[in-house]
Amino acid sequence: MAATALADPAVDGSTLSLIAIALVVVATGMIGAYGVRFARTTGDFLVASRSVRPAWNAAAISGEYLSAASFLGVAGLIAVHGPDALWYPVGFTAGYLALQLFVAAPLRRSGAYTVPDFAQIRWGSKRLRAMSTALVLAIAWLYLVPQLHGAGLVLREVTGLPRWVGVTAVAVVVTLNVVAGGMRSITLVQALQYWFKLVAISLPVLVVLAVNRPGVPALFDGVWADAGQGLGGTHPAAEIYSLMLATFLGTMGLPHVLVRFYTNIDGGSARATTVRVIALLGVFYLFPTIAGVLIHALLPPPTAGQADSLLLALPAATVGGLLGELLGALVAAGAIAAFLATSSGLVVAAAGVLSTDVLRGRVRDFRVAAVVAGLVPLAMALPTTSLDISRVVGMAFAVAASTFCPLLVLGIWWRGLTTAGAISGLIVGGGLSLGALVTSVAFPGVLPDALDSLLGQPAVGSVPAAFVTMIIVSLLTRSSLTPRADAVLAMLHLPAAARRSAGFDPRDRAALPGGSPIRPGSDRGPGWAPSP
Amino acid sequence: MTDRHPPRRVRVVLADRRPSPLPVLRGAEVAEQTELGRELVRGLIRAQLAASLRIAGLALAMFAPLPILFAIVPALEDLRVLGVPVAWWILGLLAYPVLYLLARLHRRQAERIERDFTELLGRG
Repeated sequence: MAATALADPAVDGSTLSLIAIALVVVATGMIGAYGVRFARTTGDFLVASRSVRPAWNAAAISGEYLSAASFLGVAGLIAVHGPDALWYPVGFTAGYLALQLFVAAPLRRSGAYTVPDFAQIRWGSKRLRAMSTALVLAIAWLYLVPQLHGAGLVLREVTGLPRWVGVTAVAVVVTLNVVAGGMRSITLVQALQYWFKLVAISLPVLVVLAVNRPGVPALFDGVWADAGQGLGGTHPAAEIYSLMLATFLGTMGLPHVLVRFYTNIDGGSARATTVRVIALLGVFYLFPTIAGVLIHALLPPPTAGQADSLLLALPAATVGGLLGELLGALVAAGAIAAFLATSSGLVVAAAGVLSTDVLRGRVRDFRVAAVVAGLVPLAMALPTTSLDISRVVGMAFAVAASTFCPLLVLGIWWRGLTTAGAISGLIVGGGLSLGALVTSVAFPGVLPDALDSLLGQPAVGSVPAAFVTMIIVSLLTRSSLTPRADAVLAMLHLPAAARRSAGFDPRDRAALPGGSPIRPGSDRGPGWAPSP
Repeated sequence: MTDRHPPRRVRVVLADRRPSPLPVLRGAEVAEQTELGRELVRGLIRAQLAASLRIAGLALAMFAPLPILFAIVPALEDLRVLGVPVAWWILGLLAYPVLYLLARLHRRQAERIERDFTELLGRG
């Protein structure tokens, strides 16, 4: 790829990195453009017409999910905090087990495009739908801002360009790609990006390992290698339990993850996809882990706030020469691929709800929505700076775990969750987690230590609070339950074959008329229309 | 507790492959939301939920004790396998195949429950 650079010995690492990054951006655009040829209807744009097979979809989901937090952040946090930081990748993976156990297949069968769609199908409430829309946008943008910050950081580290260049470049490239092809072309891009990211992290790590051959005892030396020290807070165990709760339960509430599940063929293939995703993530996370150990052993002790750029510096500092520079460029390109893939997924998800809920859901509306969905976080990212990417991303997980997780889990499995229960639970869970976040960002260190670490990791309080609120308010408003709950639950859980034998072709629901979003009762067979 | 579910019990009755008018009737029952149809679907949901909760409980039993264990048993720090502390083995490597196997186990169980239910309705 860098043939001319190889011929010139005077070329330096930043030029190589810039070339590699440019190649990734151009390739992303070209593959996206190739996919555009297949994208025509709104169904293509929003959910790739629900025709993505498990092998492709699993790679696409993993490619999209492995953000900068996984690519750079995990290695850096492990290098700084030791084995307790391993709970981040373990939690990021375990989230898919929870997703499969409680959400994947029924959610796919609901036929919804987005969480607001699901809320409307399940409860038929406009207010609940509007709240879900606002939450999808809040979580997506909360997740997008650190991605953009990370892109700015990478570009500044490897090339010296000012921060705003990277932030703006990623936001613009992603928005253009989504505007052009929607979900259809993004699927292809993201699936390829998984494999590229795997190479971009495993190759440098293995070469660093082979060149330096550090002894095992030297790698796990000192207090750093001991578990149980926490992640910098004063209550290590509590901090880790809160992180576990947020990551295990938050994944199922992330809009860019959910939107990919709607692209599965049916409920069964949604499960098959999840199993493969867990395998792909497990293989990938092996390498940031080894990288973190190597960074700790081979680089000088990092200072606070440096965690995200450590992996970028590793190859050049420990391998040296042209090989080191090339591997450094590969890591930088992988990081940019990570920003592009995750940001694309988030922009698709945000544009999906904007176009169907705020606009009228035509292809043109989706494109307008994509521009808004990409430019709002850009406006948020330019004047601000992030702490560790993984930590900010962890906050988005906490908000998702406190809102959509109880909404989906209780909504799918318990007929007794009433509209009032769902709404009050979202208010309590969203209010607590977002409130904690705003307080900890706006007034850092004002509160006593114990409270301060709770604000940084609010899930341990806000998730149970949301569940309990939904259950109690639902029990109090039991009289408002309608037979609709039974009808919808049957639709969520009946396997395709049973639906056929019950006289319904599941494809009726998959083939949506003229790109209009689902309205309950409108395309359901006789007997499924919920009672008013 | 699974043998209390109506689907399981009735399936034995239908185990002979002779065509019978009953299954068709059941499909209609489910479709038209009669009392029997509703009960059948509730049985399916209960069976699926029980399977999911079993797997979730298994995962919880394996992962939840770890942070406390690492925090209060300092002897674990000295326990090394091939020079690598056990915490690194567990969280850095073993956790992933465990999660994968749990997911596969759940997929198998969920699909079996769905097959049983579909056979109960008449057309496997």
